[in-house]
Formats: sequence, structure tokens, C-alpha cells
Amino acid sequence: MTYLAKPQLHHPTLAKNAVGYTRRDYEGKISTLCAGCGHDSISAAIVQACWELDIEPHRVAKLSGIGCSSKTPDYFLGNSHGFNSVHGRMPSVLTGANLANRDLLYMGVSGDGDSASIGIGQFVHAIRRGVNMVYIVENNGVYGLTKGQFSATADKGSKSKRGTANMDEPLDLIGMALILGATYVGRSFSGDKQQLVPLIKGAIEHKGAAFLDVISPCVAFNNHPGSTKSYDYVRQHNEAVNRIDFIEGRDEITADYPPGALVHVTQHDGSIVRLRKLSTDYDPTDRIKAMNYLQQRAAAGEVVTGLLYIDPESEDLHHHLNTVDTPLNQLGTRDLCPGSVALERLNARLR
Amino acid sequence: MTNETRKLEAVNDFVVKFANVNGSGSASANELFARSILRMGVPVSPRNIFPSNIQGLPTWYEVRVNETGYQGRRGGVDLMVAMNPQTWDNDLKEIESGGYLFYDSSKPMPKSKFRDDINVLGMPLTEICNATYSDPRQRQLFKNIIYVGALSALLEIDPAEIEKLFSEQFKGKEALLQSNVKALRLGREYSIKHFECPIGLRVQRANNVGNKIFVDGNSAAALGAVYGGASVCAWYPITPSSSLAEAFIGHCQKLRVDPATGKNKFAIIQGEDELASMGIAIGAGWNGARSFTATSGPGVSLMTEFIGLAHFAEIPVVLINVQRGGPSTGMPTRTQQSDVLACAYASHGDTKHVLLFPEDPTECFEFSAQAFDLAERLQTPIFVMTDLDIGMNTRLCEPFHWDDTNAYDRGKVMSYEDLEAGKDFGRYLDVDGDGIPYRTYPGTHPTRGAFFTRGTTKDRYARYSEAGPDYVDNMQRLLRKFETAKTLVPKPLLYPAEKPARFGAIFYGSTSPAMQEALHVLAERGIHVNALRVRGFPFQEEINDFVASHPWVFVIEQNRDAQLKTLLVNEAKLNASRLLSILHYDGTPITARFIVEQISQHAAARTVVPLKRAS
Repeated sequence: MTYLAKPQLHHPTLAKNAVGYTRRDYEGKISTLCAGCGHDSISAAIVQACWELDIEPHRVAKLSGIGCSSKTPDYFLGNSHGFNSVHGRMPSVLTGANLANRDLLYMGVSGDGDSASIGIGQFVHAIRRGVNMVYIVENNGVYGLTKGQFSATADKGSKSKRGTANMDEPLDLIGMALILGATYVGRSFSGDKQQLVPLIKGAIEHKGAAFLDVISPCVAFNNHPGSTKSYDYVRQHNEAVNRIDFIEGRDEITADYPPGALVHVTQHDGSIVRLRKLSTDYDPTDRIKAMNYLQQRAAAGEVVTGLLYIDPESEDLHHHLNTVDTPLNQLGTRDLCPGSVALERLNARLR
Repeated sequence: MTNETRKLEAVNDFVVKFANVNGSGSASANELFARSILRMGVPVSPRNIFPSNIQGLPTWYEVRVNETGYQGRRGGVDLMVAMNPQTWDNDLKEIESGGYLFYDSSKPMPKSKFRDDINVLGMPLTEICNATYSDPRQRQLFKNIIYVGALSALLEIDPAEIEKLFSEQFKGKEALLQSNVKALRLGREYSIKHFECPIGLRVQRANNVGNKIFVDGNSAAALGAVYGGASVCAWYPITPSSSLAEAFIGHCQKLRVDPATGKNKFAIIQGEDELASMGIAIGAGWNGARSFTATSGPGVSLMTEFIGLAHFAEIPVVLINVQRGGPSTGMPTRTQQSDVLACAYASHGDTKHVLLFPEDPTECFEFSAQAFDLAERLQTPIFVMTDLDIGMNTRLCEPFHWDDTNAYDRGKVMSYEDLEAGKDFGRYLDVDGDGIPYRTYPGTHPTRGAFFTRGTTKDRYARYSEAGPDYVDNMQRLLRKFETAKTLVPKPLLYPAEKPARFGAIFYGSTSPAMQEALHVLAERGIHVNALRVRGFPFQEEINDFVASHPWVFVIEQNRDAQLKTLLVNEAKLNASRLLSILHYDGTPITARFIVEQISQHAAARTVVPLKRAS
């Protein structure tokens, strides 16, 4: 359906958010991905999250690498700058962009080939540095654009469309993100918007490296029996540990769940993440316990989803680098150039 | 050794070479030696010849003392300070006949280990140190200072200048100052007592240093980046460029911290590799900050995919390439100009990049600062092509200069006001006919000016397009932009011969000091050569005119494959048969002697001698 142009006119009764935008203002071009692709649901969730959080679209920068997932930033937030960079290198480009202007929201979209194989090093180091970003991996276990090769997140024993079993161990991006010091870690499923939208909202409001592993079935190459990344498989094995309602500081909602099932996490900026516990023994503020729990459940064949870890005291790369509050890209000659008098002093020291 | 041994005689014109063991603390003592001569008004040009090693392998420090100011490597050694038994045999071979050998005579050496035609000065340095100091570390470090003291007497260097350097270095550290002065005097006294001082070589006060500065190219280029407004730097350690990024850190900490808040007006990331470093620099450039990376050949190889992206996506970024020898470890601590083609055509697809070739630290500063204006004006990667010889050696050069009336050229950027006023924004639209489109920074306007950045798959309005005509249209515009670059990169500099010349010579970068000297020596021999120093790529018409006005033009380079010549033939459409390559690529800096010899041979071969004289 990609030959159809998207209508420009909006229905006058469309609801506007607090900054005056309708949900349609957060959409992008019509997707060129396959009908039913999980990635399109994630794009829709990003649109929903940004609209609900009253984020002005142009204050977001969307960055991606190469692959099906990396094409999606063209399909949401059409009034944001986007950068479709090179394969596996979104994290470094995003890091540089973030350094240049700390005031924008950085949305990095990647895939399992892009992040877990060719770009594993960049994934690792951007997380380590605590870049303030929302890093979403749209994880389908295969290379789509090159027609169905296994990726590094394909589970051991899972079968390709042609019936070949993958015998390599899978890379667990969630486990790695936790080890690497990501301060907001969640896993979700593209088919569960109720869970995904609040997780993205929480990630957007989080200061620091927020990582989301979103299982996003590939309808063309990895949605068959024997796949562990198919809609059916993920629905059957999805074990959500919690449901989050992201709440901003200004309009906290009182609990409407039984006491003991709710957790409030107050972040540095005063915003509150409210979690509705589905698994009573899960504490998302304890990194070590979270890692243990995830390993145990993974061994039992479950795909654990939800907000898996949050560090309410997180800090970001700009804090570590002690950069000025003014975005570096707004500093002018007077701020950056020490001038001729200082240069003469330097000359004198070199004689 | 015998009375008949000739003694080289020279005032303010000789070469001293120190052969040391890496990690023995000799570097600072050797630099002290060089600086003390400079303080006597006599130009020196020191060079580090070091291994890929932290401790134990041989390292050399070669100081050319030359009152005229020739700063190229001369070749040959007049005084060898042989402190490394591992390299003794080869070190001795390098000494010119009639030259001098200074060595540690604590352990007796068989006579067969010496040469008859040199003058030997043995000093029991280890013995003296062992007798004077009990701490092994002190024994080692002060040994270096003691030999500087001994040399100061042998070469008639004013010890007051050395003591003054100590007092500057150890300001407020009285104990250190005193112990260094003591070691220095210990060495001097030994020389005066045991040798005939001065030897045939000596330093005499002159006035040829003037207001010049003594600095290495890497810290000069780093300072240029500060003055050029770089606020983001991403780098990965690699010899010989690491000290450039480290100097940038040092300069920023002194010059770029906001005094009111104590916060930094810069962000520096040591990347996990060169790919990430280039990615970070590109991300920052895309988002409107001036950014750069510093690297060397292998780093350029790794960055190449990204360089192509930056070229096609038209992102301003600066890459300072401190060139070195080929791949792997070893030769990389030696100098070459062997990345010219790799940088000019870096990446897949049809790409051409702007290159700048500084000749010395002063131009490293200037070109590095200018590169940021060029990058933003042309919206493309700019390569500053320095090398190990310039980057890691201190050189006497013109002081840095900055004109405070200069404001940065941020290039064609559409503002909120432009967009609000309804100006047509097409990211790849050639509005002005110079091939340079307008760009917008992310976050500028709520509804206008946003675009999706890609490599090549786009039309003039940055819309996705795989259509052939759109691709060709874009590629043709990029060529127009490259033509515009010709008008902006530094022009070549002409060094005309004093007499009519049949030969021309084209050279660039660190070949400059050896070339200047060679031109003088050749002129004295009656071989007159007009010379042209290429300072940037794309090449301007001046180069074609220069070649057209000479039957033969030498192209002097420090690589095997005549890379600049290839680029000249390919891009300036020069006639290859008129270009004669002179190539030096053994990892040592090119010398005037080498150039003179090569050009002399060519000149002799091309001198027409009539078979019969008309009677």
C-alpha cells in the first residue's frame, strides 16, 4: 500500500495534547515494511508515547543504523530530524549528537542484527557511558532485508523458515544491558501495546541510558512453528513481571490497586514511575536480583517482560563530562575561541 | 684514538645523536640538551626515533644544530652519545669520519669495538653514579643529567642556560632543582678535568631564534582545534596521534572551562575504537557542534565507511591524520606520507575529500583551525594530513597568530526565522549554484526544516528516492561543491629560484624543511629549481600553470607509490611523463642530502651535451 500518499488533512475533532498537537502530528511517512510487521506496532507505540507525554515533535532526534528496524524512524515523528546512519553504528552517532545538544530527546532505533552482531561493541559502550537516550532494539531474531538469515539473538534450537536449527548460543541484550550499567531496562512485545507504551514513556522521561528490548516478530521470515520469536510463541511464553503506568510528578494518581501490589519509584527529576506488580517477588530497583531472576526464568523457557530495572538516582554522560548547561552547538566564537591575548601567552611559554 | 685521527671542526652546524634504551628517562635530559642550545640563539631540530615499546628497546634522539635554521634531517652523525650497548655496532657506523663518540666507559670494551677514524670520549658514567647515588632510580635518571653536563663542557654550551631551564622546570621544588644542578656540574667537572674542551664541535651564541616558538605539531594542531571552535572530540589511542588528543584535553582544561560555573565548554570521548570515534564526531557535526577526531592510517581504514557516509550525507567533520608507516606494529612509530590516496578517495562509492597539508607546527595550528570553517562551509569531512615527523617532534617555527576580528564561518544554516519566513528548504537543493546546500540543525522549528538524513538514496528535498536521475543529479552537485572547495583550500606556495630554472619541484607537508635546504644547496651547485609547495586538495590551476612552465617537474614524496603524483595526474590531468618522482620511504624523515643527490642525478642525465662542438 506504500504507493498511496498519506492524507494531509486532519479531522478537526482530533484531540490535541497540552502542547497543541494531535496524534497525527507525531506520525511519519507510510511504512514500507511488510503488513503485520511488529516494527510498525513499535512505531505506533512511540507515536502514542510522545503524544501522551506532550513532547514537541521537533525536540526529538531519531537515529538508527541499517536494517528493517532502522528504516522505521522515517515512519514516525515526521517533524523530527532523523539520521539513518551506517550498519551497527547508531549508538556512536547518537552519542555525538547528544554531546552537541543535550536539550533534545534522543531516540535510537536498532535491530538485533544491527545491535547484537555488527554493532555489539557500540551497543556495549554507549550503554556503559550512560548516554541519555531511549535505545530500542526491535528484536526479531533474523535479518529481514537480506531475507531471513539468523541473527545473534536467535535462540539455540530455534528453526529458520527453511527448517535449519540455530546451534549458536543467543546473545541476551537485556542481560548485557544490566551488566553494562544501563539505568532503565525493559523488555516488551510489539503485540502488547498496553505494556509497551508506558515502558517507552518511562524510558523517555528517564535520565540516562534507557534500553528496551522489544520482541517484534518478522512476519516474512520468522513467524513459523519452531521459531521462538513468532507471535504465537511469544504470546505463549510471555511472563510479565509488572505493568507500569508512567506518571509525571505533577499529576500523580492515587493507587487503585490492592496495597502491596504497587511500587512507586521516584526519579531524580521528581517524576514517579508507578508499577503494578504481577510477580510479587520481583524488585526492579535491585540490579543483582533482577539479573538472577531473569537468568532463572530464561532457563525455564519464559520470556520475562516489563520494567526489569530502574535506577532512580541515575546520571548521564553530560553529568560525567561536566559539560556546560548551554548546548555545545549553541556556543559561539566568543565562548569557544580563547583569543589572541591568550595565544600570545602560550607563544611566550614555548620559547 | 691516535694523534693522526682527524677531528671534525664545526661551529653551530653539526648533528648529535643520542642512542638510549627506551624507558631510561633519557627523553627529558635529551630535550634539555636541545633547549639549552636554542636558548643560546642557535636553531636546533630534534627528532625522536622510537620503537613500538615502553621499556627496553632502543630509542634515538637526533639533534641537528644549524645556525642558518635548516631544520630537515641532515643525515650522518658528528657526535654519537652511545648509551645503549644493544645498538653499539650500528651506532658507531653512523658516525662521520673524524667525528666523535661519547660513551659510558665503566665496563672496558675491546679495541675491536671501536673505529680508528673517530675520536673517542669515554666517561665512567655508571661508576660515577654508583659512587654518588644509592637509590637505583636516581642512579639511572641522574646519569642522563650527568652526560648533559659533560656534553655542555665538550660543546661549550653555557651551563647558566641549562640551570635556568632547570629553575623554570622545577619552580618551587627546591630539592629537585638542587639535585639536578649538582648532577649537571658533576658531569661538567669531569669533562673539564679529563678531556680537551671544547672538542672540534661547539656552540657559539647567535641571534637566529628570534621570537620563534619550539613546539610539536600534535599540540599545535590540538591548539588549532581549540581556536577553531571544536567542542566535541572523539578519539582512540594510536601512535602517533594520541598525543594530539591528549594535548586537546590539556588545552581545553586550561582554556575552555567556564570560570563562573567550573563547567566544561567541551566534550571529549575516548571511543572504544576508531569507528565509534568517527561516529561520535559525525553525530556531533550533524547536530551543529564543531567536532573532530585525530588518528593515523589504520584508524582511517576503520573510519572509511563512516567517512563515505559523512561525504554523501554532507556532514561537517574534521579528521586529523598523523601519518605513519604501514600496517601492524613497528614501522608505525616511523614517519611517512603514505595515506594521501587512502584519504583523498576514502570510502565506497564515488568520493573525493578535501585534504590540507601543513608543513610544520605553525601550519598545523592554522590548518587545523581553518579546517573547522571549511568543514562547515563545505559540509563535508576535511582531512588535515600531518605526519609523525611534524606531529611528534618539537620544531622551531613561527609563533601562532590569531586575528580576533575573525568570527567562525558556520556555513549555510537555515535558522528558525528563515524557516518561519517561508524560505524554501531542500536539504540537497543547490540554491546558490556553488553546489553547497542549506542545512538545518535538529530542533530548529516545530513544523519546518526537519529532514531524514541518509547516504545517497534521496532527492533534492531529502525524500527517499532510488531513482537514477535523482542520484545523478546529487552526484553532479557534489562535483560542483568540490569545484567550490578549490577556491577555499590554501593555495600552493611558490619558491622561485634566483636564476632561470629548467626544473620545477613539487613537494608538500613535512618534506618542507629538507626541501628548502636542498634548494639552497642545489643552487650553490648551479642547479636552479623552482619549487611549489602544495597545501591542499582539490588542486588549483596554479599547479597546472607551474607544471606547464617547466620541461620537467620533480615530485618529492615520502611514500613508495608516488601518491601525490598519482593524484596530480588523475585530478589535475597533468602529463605524467613530465613528472619525475623522488621517493623516500624507509621510515626516517627525508633529508636534504637525499633530495640533492636525486635531483643532481636527474639533472645530469637531462643535461644535453652536444656531440660535436662547432669550430
